[in-house]
Amino acid sequence: MPLLDRFKPKFLDHHDQSSGMYKSLFNFRLLWKQSIAITLAVVLLPLFTLAFVNYRVSTDAVESELLLRTSRLVSNARRTLTAYLHERIIALNFLILDTSFEQLNSQTRLGDLLNHLKSGLGEWHDLGLIDHTGIQVNYAGPDNLRGIDYSRQEWYSKLNYKDQESYHDTIGMRSDISDIFLGFRKAPHLVVSVLHNNPEGQHYILRAGLQIAPLNNILTHLEVRGDGDAFLINHKGVIQTPSRYYGEIMTRFPLPVPPPSDRTEVFEGKDHLGRAIVTGYAYITGTPFILMVIKQKSTLMAGWEAARTKLLIFLAGSVLAILAVVFSICTYLVNSIYRADQKRLASLHQVEYANKMASIGRLSAGVAHEINNPLAIINEKAGLIKDLFTFRQEYANDHRLIGLVEAIIAAVDRCATITRQLLNFARNIQVTLQKVDIRQVVADVLAFQNKEAGYRNIEIKVAISEDVPEFFSDRGKLQQIFINLVNNAFAAMKEGGRLEILCRLSDDGSHIVTKVSDTGCGIPPENIKKIFEPFFTTKSGSGGTGLGLSITYGLVREIGGTIDIESTIDTGTSFTITLPVEYPKQQGEHNAPIAG
Amino acid sequence: MRLLLVDDEEELVSTLAERLTMRGIDATWVTNYQEALAAVEREHFDLALLDVRLPQMNGLELKRLIAARRPEMKFIFLTGHGSEEDFEACSAESGPEYYLIKPVQIEVLMAKINELTQS
Repeated sequence: MPLLDRFKPKFLDHHDQSSGMYKSLFNFRLLWKQSIAITLAVVLLPLFTLAFVNYRVSTDAVESELLLRTSRLVSNARRTLTAYLHERIIALNFLILDTSFEQLNSQTRLGDLLNHLKSGLGEWHDLGLIDHTGIQVNYAGPDNLRGIDYSRQEWYSKLNYKDQESYHDTIGMRSDISDIFLGFRKAPHLVVSVLHNNPEGQHYILRAGLQIAPLNNILTHLEVRGDGDAFLINHKGVIQTPSRYYGEIMTRFPLPVPPPSDRTEVFEGKDHLGRAIVTGYAYITGTPFILMVIKQKSTLMAGWEAARTKLLIFLAGSVLAILAVVFSICTYLVNSIYRADQKRLASLHQVEYANKMASIGRLSAGVAHEINNPLAIINEKAGLIKDLFTFRQEYANDHRLIGLVEAIIAAVDRCATITRQLLNFARNIQVTLQKVDIRQVVADVLAFQNKEAGYRNIEIKVAISEDVPEFFSDRGKLQQIFINLVNNAFAAMKEGGRLEILCRLSDDGSHIVTKVSDTGCGIPPENIKKIFEPFFTTKSGSGGTGLGLSITYGLVREIGGTIDIESTIDTGTSFTITLPVEYPKQQGEHNAPIAG
Repeated sequence: MRLLLVDDEEELVSTLAERLTMRGIDATWVTNYQEALAAVEREHFDLALLDVRLPQMNGLELKRLIAARRPEMKFIFLTGHGSEEDFEACSAESGPEYYLIKPVQIEVLMAKINELTQS
C-alpha cells in the first residue's frame, strides 16, 4: 500500500472542508474522471468503429475472393472435362461416318480402329458395334462381349428415342455418354456411343468403353487450395471419381445433389460432418456428370485468421497504450490544476491572515494611543502625589500612603508595557539593515538563556549548516524574534526538555530556513490558528501578556520572512522561520511621509 | 535651566511641570502652538518637550517654527501614539532616543533632559 500511496495523486483524497470564498474551484475527482472518460471516448470510439468496419470489409473481401477463385476453378475444370468428352464423341462420330457398317463389322478392321484410337487419343478400353436390334454384332477389346443384347438398356433406348436431352442436339450428332459404372467387367468405366442412320433407314451404333483414369487425372491435377476435393457425381448423387472426403467411388454422395444450373455455381455451407465448406459445382452439359469442388473454409481462412489475430493484438496494444497515455496525461493535468488550486488557497489564506493581522495592528495602535494619554495623566498625578510625599516632611513617614502611590505607579507601568507592546506589534519601526550572521545571533540569544537552561536541566542543541551565508537583515529584530521563540519554548517545557535550533539553506538557495523546536506541552489544533493574535495566551496566571508571538509575527513580516508553526500535543512545537537571503526592497522604506 | 512643555492635555502638562519644578527645573507649560510660539518669542528656553499630536499643528512643525526662532534650543518629543510615520519623522529631527512614548517615568525623562542639557 505505501508504494501505491506514493503514486496515488493527492487530489483523489481531496475532500472539500472549507466553504465560502475558499471553496475549491473544482471537484478534482469528478474532473479527473470526466477528462479520462471524454478523452477515451474521443479516441477509442473512432478507433473501434474503424477497426470494426475494416474487419467487416476485409472479411467480405477475403470471402468473395474465395468464392470467385472457386468459381474460376470450377469453370476451367468443367471446360477441360467437356472438351475431353466431346473429343471422344467427335472421334467416334468420325469413325461411324468414315467407315461403312460392313467394314465396322469386320473383326480385324474394328481391332485396327481400336488400336488407332488408343495410339491417338489414349485410354480407350474397347470398341463395339451394335446393330438396329440392339445386339452387339462386333467387338474389339480385352473382354469377349460380342452378341450381348443392349436393347433393354436405358442408354440404348435413350439414344434411340429420346433425342431432346442428348448431346448430339447441339453438335448435330446422336450420341450418349453413360454414367461411370462397373458393368460386365466389374471395373469402373464409362461408355460413349454414337448412333448413325444408314441410307436404308436402319441405324447402328458405335460404342466405346473408356477408362476413367484420364478423368481422374484431370481432376486430381486441379490445384484446389484449402484441402480441396474435386470429383464428379452423377445426377442421382452417386460419386463417379475418387473423392478425398466424401466417399468411395460408386457410393452415395453424403450431401444433397445441388440444383441444376447452366452456369458455374458457388455457395457456402456445411458438410455432413458439420465443417464449413465452400462448394463450387457445374452441370456438365450432355453428360450425366456434375463437377463438384469442395473446399474446407477453415483452411482457406487460416491465413486471414492469422492476419486478423495480429490485427487484434495490435488493436489491443494500441488500446492499452492509449489507456496508459490518457490516464497519465489526465492525472498529470488534474494534479497540476490541483496543486495550482492549493497554492491559490494557501496564498488567499496568507493574504487573509496578513489583512487580519494588519487590522488588529491598526486597532491595537488606536487603543494604545487612546489609553496612553489618560495613562500618562494617572502616571503624572500619582507621581506628583509621590513627589509631594517625598519632598514634604509631613507625609514622608506615612509608608502606607507611599505604598499605595507606588502600587498605582507600578500598575501604570504594567499598562504602559502592554500599550508599548501593542504599538510595537502594530508599527513597523524602521528596519536597519546590516550584514548578519545567524550563528552569532543565535549565540547571543542563547547567552541570555544558558543560565536558565542549566538551572532547569534543559538540553540545547544548535545545528546551523555550513552553507548558510551571512545575509542582510535587521539584527535587532532577528534577536528579538529568537528571544521570543526561545522564551516561548522554555515556557512550554518542564524540567529536562530539549530545545533544538536547526538552520539550513532552502533547496533553491534563496531562503534561510530556521526551525526552533521544543519538547514541550504542544498547542491544541484549535489554538494554532489564533497563536499569532495579540492577547492570545495559554500562560494564564503566569504573567504572560499574549503579545510575544504576535510581536514575533510582526517582526518576521517586517524583515520579509514568514513564520509557520507545527505542533503536537505533549510532543512539542516547532516554529519555522523562512527569511530571504536577498532582503526584499520595500517602497518608501526610508522616505515615508509624515502623517498629519 | 528653562523648559517649555507643550501638550493639549492640561491635566498632564500642568502636573508634569509641577513635578519637574520640584526637581529644580524651571518648567513653563502651554496647551497649544500659539501660546508656545508666544512663550518662545517672549522668553528664553533651553529645552522644549513637545507632544507630537497637537491640535491644528503637529509637534514636528512646531519644532521647526521654534527652531527657526531659537536655533540653540533642544527638543524632546512625547507621544501617546508612536506610529511609524511619526517615529521616522521625529527621530530624523531629534534622534530616536528623544522620541518618548507616554506614559514616561519621571526618572527616565530627567535622564534625557540631563543628557541634552549637558551635551
